Amino acid sequence: MTATLTATTPGAARIHAAFARAHAEGRAAFIPFMTAGYPTAQAFAGVADELLEHADLLEVGIPYSDPLGDGPTIQRASEQALAGGTSTRGTLALVKALRARHATPIVIMTYVNPIYAVGPREFMRLAQDAGVDGLILPDLPPDQDLEIADLAAEHGLAVTFLIAPTSTPARVKLVAEACTGFLYAVSVTGVTGAREGSALAEVPAMLALAREHARVPVAVGFGVKDADTARQVAQVADGVVVGSAFINAARQGQSVGALAATIRAGCQK
Amino acid sequence: MALSLPTYPQPDERGRYGRFGGRYVPETLIPALDELQQAYHTARTDPAFLNELDRLLRDFVGRPSSLYLAERLTEHAGGAKIYLKREDQNYTGAHKINNCLAQALLAKRMGKQRVIAETGAGQHGVASATAAALLGLDCVVYMGAEDIRRQALNVFRMKLLGAEVREVTSGTSTLKDATNEAIRDWVTNVRDTFYILGSVVGPHPYPAMVRDFQSIIGEEVKVQHQALEGREVPDVIVACVGGGSNAIGIFAPFAYLPEHERPLMIGTEAAGEGVESGRHAASVAGGRIGVLHGAMMYLLNDDEGQIVPPHSISAGLDYPGIGPEHCLYAETGVAQYVPVTDAQALDALQLLTRLEGIIPALESAHAIHAAVEIAGRMPPEQTVVVNLSGRGDKDVAEVMRLLDLAQTAPAQDAPGVIRPQEVHA
Ligand SMILES: Cc1ncc(COP(=O)(O)O)c(C=O)c1O
Repeated sequence: MTATLTATTPGAARIHAAFARAHAEGRAAFIPFMTAGYPTAQAFAGVADELLEHADLLEVGIPYSDPLGDGPTIQRASEQALAGGTSTRGTLALVKALRARHATPIVIMTYVNPIYAVGPREFMRLAQDAGVDGLILPDLPPDQDLEIADLAAEHGLAVTFLIAPTSTPARVKLVAEACTGFLYAVSVTGVTGAREGSALAEVPAMLALAREHARVPVAVGFGVKDADTARQVAQVADGVVVGSAFINAARQGQSVGALAATIRAGCQK
Repeated sequence: MALSLPTYPQPDERGRYGRFGGRYVPETLIPALDELQQAYHTARTDPAFLNELDRLLRDFVGRPSSLYLAERLTEHAGGAKIYLKREDQNYTGAHKINNCLAQALLAKRMGKQRVIAETGAGQHGVASATAAALLGLDCVVYMGAEDIRRQALNVFRMKLLGAEVREVTSGTSTLKDATNEAIRDWVTNVRDTFYILGSVVGPHPYPAMVRDFQSIIGEEVKVQHQALEGREVPDVIVACVGGGSNAIGIFAPFAYLPEHERPLMIGTEAAGEGVESGRHAASVAGGRIGVLHGAMMYLLNDDEGQIVPPHSISAGLDYPGIGPEHCLYAETGVAQYVPVTDAQALDALQLLTRLEGIIPALESAHAIHAAVEIAGRMPPEQTVVVNLSGRGDKDVAEVMRLLDLAQTAPAQDAPGVIRPQEVHA
């Protein structure tokens, strides 16, 4: 990890500390993702507890009706969670309950419309109150809305924006400089989802570019599904994000905790 | 050179129409949108591009479409003269072809061999498949399962034209979900795929580019109205609004005139079973500001930001949002947006058919309804121009089904005319 960490908010400080701890143990930070309210509102807490046992950081998704950056796995999970009654405010309540039991940093993944609907200031207030450390905003390029990042900072939250293999050097610079939590590098041109084979060919070049500008740790996600893909990513990244694989496991009634243990082991440098 | 594309003062350089519009998309697409914007910027003044587009619009599409005085409809309304801008005369049956040919030419210029499109009523899908066949491009069209049922004829036309139609079963299985899938495809295949977006929605530069390509409708109206009435500007212009492309195409050439020269412009939104019923697609009347498909706009979404499934009798209006430029027009009063119900549209469809021998698309029938209402309240020397965005061939099976339902309903008050209230009884 080359970045010099200057935390701007309490959330950012906690996120950076989690990366630093993993780094000290010779690992990339392990960042599992789960859709709030999946597989059911009740079962979610148990699944999240299992993930938190192994996670350096937990990413919780607000279920959204039109998640256009997501593939079928997360999309279906969102539909199911929404059908089960999980809401934006409900998600923040679920996080608040997790926060009471765990010290591990928790970041929220959300599309922008739920933020606008609740009202950016009110949303940030609720997130801060729930103990959220940061936000990941997959459909908000940082130059679209500067107010969101400012409001997040005002409420102690860190923000994470994304880069992709198609990002030009100028875009990478702009996005990297806007991130206060960690920088999220999308491994492939595509939506979320576990893929056949490994398609991480574009990651090293992208990360080299990102590190020129990022003052925060750089994590890689999309398509990481097992210990093997995690190991490949861990060689170059500060953190590894895994989402659809856990949703698939939860759907099939497999042990989410066991999968998390395996993938975490794969995050060894 | 015969054709030039208009320039308008909106959007700003960030793709904003006031607070509306923008680019709320995954970062993966931002470079592609920049590339598209650049390609469009050079193409829009390139004589080679404009001449080819002009040739195709003239000889392939059959432009200009006529501005037709609907005498019997005028008489029925009992007021101002009602003119129909006959986009239903276009090859493939609707205004969508204007935009599709232009975008497909742009795709070809950019060296993209594969095009994708979303479609609701199927008209944009057919137009995209047609343009792709003409220019030798591979074409994939995303369409909701519900719309595939409602628009079987158009599905077959697309396949006949060589396009692949991908059924979308996520969400509500209609246009918004087909749009989501098209965007997901584009995110995945962005390096070699051109997304032919079908309305004035989506991330910048789409709303501006689609508007420019559709503005030919309003530009022709100016010339035709001048020839017929001795003045360029009609008193009233009415157009239906799904995403809003046919409406912006006829509005935009008038929208930036000084206020006292501007016609009254009315967009008809699909009110479905009534705005108060909750089963509608009226984004201005029944929505609130939100973000969908990359743009901020009036949107049917609940107080937690979840998109509310829209409903309309017409697949082409069955969209939960409305293009950002319309949102600005609505907010500033440049145009007014009025709800028209399913029943009113079905009634207007029959009215126009019986009186003028023109079967309109169900979408366009929404505009006909409002035009008759307003013309009746205007003096005879004034004019109302209705954008007849498409013809009804695609809808006849669905209309037959709806009217059959009505036949089995109790007594009709006017012989031979089925009262739409009964259709929904
Ligand atoms: C005939 C016709 N009119 C109108 C529309 C609505 O689209 P827009 O609002 O972009 O014109 C459609 C869309 O499919 C259509 O087929």
